[in-house]
Amino acid sequence: MSKPGIARYVALVPSSVMIGVFFAIPFALILAVSVSSPADDADFRLGFDLQHFQRFATWFYIERALFSAGLCALIAAISMTIAFPFTYFLTTFKRRSQDWWLIYILAQLSLSEVLIAFSWQILLSRTAGVGNILAWVGIVEKSFSMTPSAGAVIAALVYLTVPFSVLLLFPALSRMDRSLLEAARTLGASPMRTFFTVVIPITRPAIISGGVTVFVLTLGAIIVPQVLGAPQHWTLSVLITDQAIFNFNMPFASALAVVLLALSASVIAAVSWLGRRREV
Amino acid sequence: MMTAVMTALKRLYMTLFALYLIGPIIVITAVSFNAQKFIAFPPRGFSLRWYAAIFTEADWFGALVNSLIIAAASALLATAIALPVAYMAWRYGLRYARALFALGIAPFILPPVIMALAFLIFFSSAGVNGLMINVIIAHAIFLLALPLVTISLGLESIDKALIEASQTMGATGWTVFRTIIAPIAAPFALAGFAFCFVLSLNEYIIALMTVGFTVETLPVKIFNALRYGYTPVIASIAVLFLSVNIAVFSLIARFSNLARILGAMD
Repeated sequence: MSKPGIARYVALVPSSVMIGVFFAIPFALILAVSVSSPADDADFRLGFDLQHFQRFATWFYIERALFSAGLCALIAAISMTIAFPFTYFLTTFKRRSQDWWLIYILAQLSLSEVLIAFSWQILLSRTAGVGNILAWVGIVEKSFSMTPSAGAVIAALVYLTVPFSVLLLFPALSRMDRSLLEAARTLGASPMRTFFTVVIPITRPAIISGGVTVFVLTLGAIIVPQVLGAPQHWTLSVLITDQAIFNFNMPFASALAVVLLALSASVIAAVSWLGRRREV
Repeated sequence: MMTAVMTALKRLYMTLFALYLIGPIIVITAVSFNAQKFIAFPPRGFSLRWYAAIFTEADWFGALVNSLIIAAASALLATAIALPVAYMAWRYGLRYARALFALGIAPFILPPVIMALAFLIFFSSAGVNGLMINVIIAHAIFLLALPLVTISLGLESIDKALIEASQTMGATGWTVFRTIIAPIAAPFALAGFAFCFVLSLNEYIIALMTVGFTVETLPVKIFNALRYGYTPVIASIAVLFLSVNIAVFSLIARFSNLARILGAMD
């Protein structure tokens, strides 16, 4: 009995080594570097110094963190609101047409943020974008550029997250017991009423967890705010990239990353706590 | 009457949704076939020169080759790491394997910039900078969640009574694995590989932070190009990527159950 038991653990050794060395250690390093102290010979020395967090505690960075959280919450809300009816309709289709829509959504989802930012830049540009089409058709007199603007950032970020929202809602909506809907309809509820009093309550856990996932996903967006927005639309992720790649300030970048991590974790915790409380 | 209105509203909604999704794609496709150097829409003239440029201009082609090698190698590595973990967690319910499973999902849930920074600090502390193997490993760890999830979905679809029956008939562990488990789980492992491949092909921030200045991948090259004003080559690459993505996912839909992989019930 002991022999196959050991064999099972031996089979897991390569995977354990890979995950341990290349996830656990780098992750621990971020935490360590965020509290490191400056050194003369190298950029930083491991130790315990909170100066990088003190630097964060200025209005500029706090305002950035609040802006990031607000923007991501807005995007998550819009994205889930748009995706929910779509996914609901999709799950009523035949398997064959569901497959086609899913392929479309997946292709969309796998478009890199770089390409999405690029395509929206063209779409909203003066020379080749919507403004140009409007001028061509004759609605406006002269073509105009729609970037940089908050609207451009929101439109592109929602575009980036909508396919994720659909895929996150898809399992719950497609596994939903349809006989409940029929029952509601038989008892005289209108389609709208059925939707709001049956469909939404049943899928509430998926809506909440999906919304949180989209929130965290949007926190990670780097290129869209930079390419389509003005500096006042930059998020924490943009600042982290900036500090790491252009200023080579790893300790401060790590401290910002820890803040970002704490922000995501606290939102996840708060939302799941609220979700549990409302069920009681 | 009521139902007719509802159906019309539903159609309208689906159409608007599809238009929103396809809007940027239409513009990009038009730009990629544009004959002129500057980006114009509506397009002027028709030309395939921006597609030819991907293969004839050395730096674009080099970035394409880098991206393909990295995507294939990291997808293979991720699938190889995921297989034993998902298998041991499912077959024997090992608590250790389940813990490893949870740890393997974690990198994918974090905002990618955190993992990118972690890899940057890790590789530079270890003194190995700018090697292609760095980004291969980094992508494999970052995307590990995908094969873990798809493979365990595949394994869960196997009826355990089938395994017990074959063992009662005298089949050894290896025979059971080869004749029952492997054939059912293989399409799901392949789907996990494909998801990894496609996402690695499009991944940007980790590639930039680990090897961005020595091994340029396509997304990194596109971003660098964007900062100095775009060229229509970027549009043709976008169309090429989109075609690859659609081909890969169509193949998954054709040879395995796409809706099931995405969480629907049979």
